Amino acid sequence: MTDVIQVQKKVLSENARIANELREKFARTCVTVVNLISAPGSGKTRLLERTLELLPDGVRAAVLTGDIQTEKDAERLARFGYPVRQITTGGTCHLDATMIERHLIDWDLDDLDILFIENVGNLVCPSSYDLGEEAKIVLLSVTEGEEKPLKYPSIFFKAKLIVLTKTDLLPYVPFDLELAKLNARSINADAEIIETSCQTGDGLTQWMSWLEARVLRNAAVRS
Amino acid sequence: MHELSIASSIIETVRGEIASRPGRRATAVGVRIGALAAIDADALRFGFDAIVKDSDLEPLRIDIEQIDRRQRCLDCSTEFETDRYTLTCPACGSLRGACIAGEELDITFIEVEEA
Repeated sequence: MTDVIQVQKKVLSENARIANELREKFARTCVTVVNLISAPGSGKTRLLERTLELLPDGVRAAVLTGDIQTEKDAERLARFGYPVRQITTGGTCHLDATMIERHLIDWDLDDLDILFIENVGNLVCPSSYDLGEEAKIVLLSVTEGEEKPLKYPSIFFKAKLIVLTKTDLLPYVPFDLELAKLNARSINADAEIIETSCQTGDGLTQWMSWLEARVLRNAAVRS
Repeated sequence: MHELSIASSIIETVRGEIASRPGRRATAVGVRIGALAAIDADALRFGFDAIVKDSDLEPLRIDIEQIDRRQRCLDCSTEFETDRYTLTCPACGSLRGACIAGEELDITFIEVEEA
């Protein structure tokens, strides 16, 4: 005899459970957590380098950086004096909540104002995994093509902020900035969009202000 | 390509459900995938079948239901399905809308029989 058991369960319910625990912990300790996602080579590590360089004195930051292999990114980011930890996934194409939990284990979140998570370079798989973060930030470089938001709608749909990177290269590439923004808005009308160049520094003030507003809001809850 | 780990999570859920039902075995599992879930149905089926093959779960079958993205217009309340790329309301032309379906990645049912 065949029976059908009705189940209403998220496939990634275990990941969701850990992500919710992390989210509660981040809220309790008032730490701002952002998850940076992009294709490989869009400039996540470069943007983080510039960010750590520009962080005002007194802001307590830390970085978890994910890659399939090597600790190169952690080495690049450790130069700025903030705690950096590499998550080497050994083949897995995304970070999941368990990896975050495991790598935070001996860090006291009360000592942090902001935690940057740099995901594995990939526009598909990271979109399925909640890490308990406050915001997913998607980077799109001007050398990639305007249609990327349409090709990878899932991740652009989930982003709170879209950072267009490498705008200093605009004179040399046939990239239609307005069309890229229109495509991004057609997937996600609510996301903010910031145009940046880590080379010239254009747009970085706006990027830092976006972060600072979140850190200040969370710090206000703490006091 | 994370469909293999998604398939593993589905199989873990099936194992959990049948563990509490002695004398029964699972014959099928139903999964609902939204257009925004970033899951390729063929890759998921391939990964699922690869795990099940030659295991104690064989011949467990996966039944995939795909869900389009649905929007509700925030200006005129019209609900419409979309191809994911265009969110313009067909009734009033507004771009302001809320996503009401398309993000699903759910297990919906497990079919069991006497072992």
